[in-house]
Amino acid sequence: MDLAHLAAGFGAALTVIGGAFGIGKLASSAMEASGRQPEAAGDIRTSMIIAAALIEGISLFALVICILLALK
Amino acid sequence: MWVTEINTIVDSVKAVAEAGAKKDTGWIMHHVLDSRTLDLPFIEIQLPQIHLFGMDLSITKHLVFMWVSLITLILFFIYISRTYKKTLIPHGVTNLSEILIIFVRDEIAKPTIGKGYEKFLPYLLTAFFFILTCNFIGLIPYGSTATSNISVTATLATISFIVIQVGGMMKNGIFGYFKGLVPHGMPIWLLPIMIPVELLGLFTKPFALAIRLFANMTAGHIVIMALLGLIFILHTYIVVPVSVSFALFIYLLEILVALLQAYIFTMLSSLFIGMAVHQDH
Repeated sequence: MDLAHLAAGFGAALTVIGGAFGIGKLASSAMEASGRQPEAAGDIRTSMIIAAALIEGISLFALVICILLALK
Repeated sequence: MWVTEINTIVDSVKAVAEAGAKKDTGWIMHHVLDSRTLDLPFIEIQLPQIHLFGMDLSITKHLVFMWVSLITLILFFIYISRTYKKTLIPHGVTNLSEILIIFVRDEIAKPTIGKGYEKFLPYLLTAFFFILTCNFIGLIPYGSTATSNISVTATLATISFIVIQVGGMMKNGIFGYFKGLVPHGMPIWLLPIMIPVELLGLFTKPFALAIRLFANMTAGHIVIMALLGLIFILHTYIVVPVSVSFALFIYLLEILVALLQAYIFTMLSSLFIGMAVHQDH
């Protein structure tokens, strides 16, 4: 009975929920803005990718901690 | 009465499960982590172990692939600079390098640093191309990603940290730089909170740069290995089409992530340089 493995699983799942929710909201507002103003679609796409990479960076912090827990 | 027998059975089952699990999935971490042997097709080279002054300076797989990317970059850019000596109009592969260099100059350095961006451009270009080459070499079969080692990314982040601080201090003076950390025109009772927050922020931003690059590279490789390892863990051939197609999709995503992480590292470095050099906005 290793609680570290259980904690790693829970941590990874919660992180994925938070990250996917954030990036989903980001992508939805980016799509809406592109629909309203198609000329700005290129700028919006660039900013969306940058913001998605930063949000993913946060979720990967938690992933690193979960891997450390699971490998203990 | 039967407790000892039951305990023996439970212990042996657990031992078999653990041994089986280790045997089936130990190779995933072996492919992702650093190791002292170089795996080439049909040969396995043992790399030399060097111990100097009590520090372990032995040559490992990630170091060898860092040297490979170093030699690739040096040869590539010496060739490119030689084509620029003949004519300023690029032909062939010089076009590709011009696209990337102008991208770093116009989209990353100029908007974020503003005036005086030329002094920081060599460092930003070096970081961008080094991380890009290391990431791409890791995607080739038998290649390993040097940036998936926390030491390499921590070194890159430390060098960024030094460039940010020295750049900011040379523009604003040592004391003026620390004074400019706290935003101008703030109520005096907020200072005890803002000063530690800003000082801590100086260190957490490069730390986040290092962890972001390391985690992205390592996680991508682990996902590919885990998906392909499903075939070996489940011991069937039925799962092969699903496993290989998912692994192919994640592989393509890895190429995008390699480009994106090089861009994000360089852009955040240049953003922090811009914030340190022009502290008024």
